Amino acid sequence: MTVHTLTIDGVERAGVEGQTVLEVARESGVEIPTLCHLDGLCDVGACRLCVVEVKGSSKLLPSCATAVAEGMEVTTDSKRLTAYRRTIIEMLFAERNHVCAVCVANNHCELQARAADLGLTHIELDTVNPALDVDASHERFAIDHNRCIMCTRCVRVCDEVEGAHTWDVMGRGLDARVVTDLGMPWGESTTCTGCGKCVQVCPTGAIFEKGRPIATTKVTRPYLPYLKTNSQEVSA
Amino acid sequence: MSRRLTIDPITRIEGHARITIQLDDAGNVADAHFHVTQFRGFEKLCEGRPFAEMPSLMARICGICPVSHLVAAAKACDRILAVRPPKTGSDLRELMNLAQIVQSHSLSLFYLAAPDLVFGFDADPATRNIVGIARTNPQLAGDGILLRKFGQRVIEILGGKRIHPAWIVPGGVETPLTAEKRDEIRAMIPDAYAAVDRTLTWYKANLMGWAEEEASLGNFKSAFMAMVEDEGNVTHYDGRLRIADHDGALIAEFDPRDYAEHLGEFVDDASFLKPTYLLSRGVTDGMYRVGTLARVVVAKGFGTPRADAELESFRKVFGPTPSSSFLYHHTRLIEILHGIEKIEQLLKDPDILSDRVISNAQVNRNIGIGVAEAPRGTLMHRYVVDDDGIVQTANLMIATGHNASAMNAGVLQVAKKYVHGEDVAEGMLNRVEAVIRCYDPCLSCSTHAAGQMPMIVDLVDSRGDVIRVLSR
Repeated sequence: MTVHTLTIDGVERAGVEGQTVLEVARESGVEIPTLCHLDGLCDVGACRLCVVEVKGSSKLLPSCATAVAEGMEVTTDSKRLTAYRRTIIEMLFAERNHVCAVCVANNHCELQARAADLGLTHIELDTVNPALDVDASHERFAIDHNRCIMCTRCVRVCDEVEGAHTWDVMGRGLDARVVTDLGMPWGESTTCTGCGKCVQVCPTGAIFEKGRPIATTKVTRPYLPYLKTNSQEVSA
Repeated sequence: MSRRLTIDPITRIEGHARITIQLDDAGNVADAHFHVTQFRGFEKLCEGRPFAEMPSLMARICGICPVSHLVAAAKACDRILAVRPPKTGSDLRELMNLAQIVQSHSLSLFYLAAPDLVFGFDADPATRNIVGIARTNPQLAGDGILLRKFGQRVIEILGGKRIHPAWIVPGGVETPLTAEKRDEIRAMIPDAYAAVDRTLTWYKANLMGWAEEEASLGNFKSAFMAMVEDEGNVTHYDGRLRIADHDGALIAEFDPRDYAEHLGEFVDDASFLKPTYLLSRGVTDGMYRVGTLARVVVAKGFGTPRADAELESFRKVFGPTPSSSFLYHHTRLIEILHGIEKIEQLLKDPDILSDRVISNAQVNRNIGIGVAEAPRGTLMHRYVVDDDGIVQTANLMIATGHNASAMNAGVLQVAKKYVHGEDVAEGMLNRVEAVIRCYDPCLSCSTHAAGQMPMIVDLVDSRGDVIRVLSR
């Protein structure tokens, strides 16, 4: 087991080969904001909220997808990083139609919470206002694409934990959507087991239990790391 | 040469509006129109949304009376689910609706109407406002604030926040009432009674001073519509709709869900408000009034002892079928008393603390209609959803829409009295606004101007040219 020493915000830290900067930072009590990352699921670096500065690199690097290396000098908090993170959140709000006041996830929403953490009170970018559907064809759950931020947690949990791979991504850029069974209505999906893990991992109110009134989404995620670790141990 | 008088904007009402007075060639008032100049689009923007969002979405129509929209929307959703909420769920909804009636009536009476009543309709606008009342009649202003706070606080205790609580939901309410919360509401009731009693005493002592306004502000014959319960008393939550003529003669009584058989809507080219009319009488003659005055005309009584005693003395003075819209203010005050009494009654029932407050179900119907009595009158929501519960169309009939024709009639009456040719008698503008304010029209959530009223009157000739502009 190779151990690397690095500095995070000027303090010396140690990480095991293969660990990400985010993991080591969090183990050390250094908080880096994330949205697409979820303990127990693989990282894809979709949201870029966890970007950090690494000495020697002109680019900002996603800490969830950057492995620690010997002698690395990482900065997790700076004016530049805050500006980038705020812009990322602002762009997420501007891209689709987020109306917190009537959302099932109001007060339980990670997007809302990150915006509040970063002091984002207004959107200065022009909003795209796309006309997006709500697929409520599933017996128990529904997806409102207006609130989806394309974090792909649903795709990963369905594949990696449930093993159903009902969810996937279709299209690119602004046109990208998460889809069930290659774009079939959710209610017609033959692979969906109805387990509800996608509901539990959705950071916003995009995937929700049908019939739930606003601000009442309750998520229970602690089982995820357990399930993931367990499945890895079994396969190993 | 016919001329048109325009009053724009009108203040101390909830929303934005404009009045046009049309003069004929001889310079006499030919017609009067109350226009709503703001567009909201709620019926359209909720298309494509899951039905369970409708109560919260519709509540956003108004920050003054969101609870009425919550109630009407949730009742429409109950129909879509094809369930009846448990009794405690219904009672708790009714409780919150009553709290809102108390606070909304208090806003209308103390903050918006009382400045005219206290200082006179032609007093200097610089003092003719709630701040002026606080200086000269601190008790009255304090009672107004207390009653509004009472209603708002009850809403907050029940739903977690004063405006747009998400507590009233399809099938019932979100959480049961706890004994602590019930006791907190109960503890506020004696002060609320005292405040409304003082205000009633003050109001009745000044009644004779407003005889002229009673005779001239919206005093005309019309039909009335309101919701009544099994015994014929006023109900704000659930019952049958009753339409009575100006003399109290029954025109129709029906299940609210059959409203489309009795009421029609038409589009007024000059206004964003969609007025309604009695189908049996047609657009021209189908005028009717809703709200507090209508409720006391069509109903037997309130069914609570103190409000019924006040109603009896009211009827002794004004008869069983009063016709003046000025009496909306008086009946509003009596209804505040009834609201407090009914809240007290509902809280006495031990079942109000029951945990059974919601009925769960899935979509079982594609059409849902929900009707309730809002502070300003009967409120109707109708939704059509697909099998997945996604809203396809929504139609709302709002109290101010029911009252639109009656408001025009009220403005016309005032204009005929005060406008003769180019001569506009002193005080006309104030009274035109006062007659509108009787109905407490809720054009949507909006702010209220304080102090000097910005008012512009355009005199427009038959060719559409402005020949004179009056402003202050």
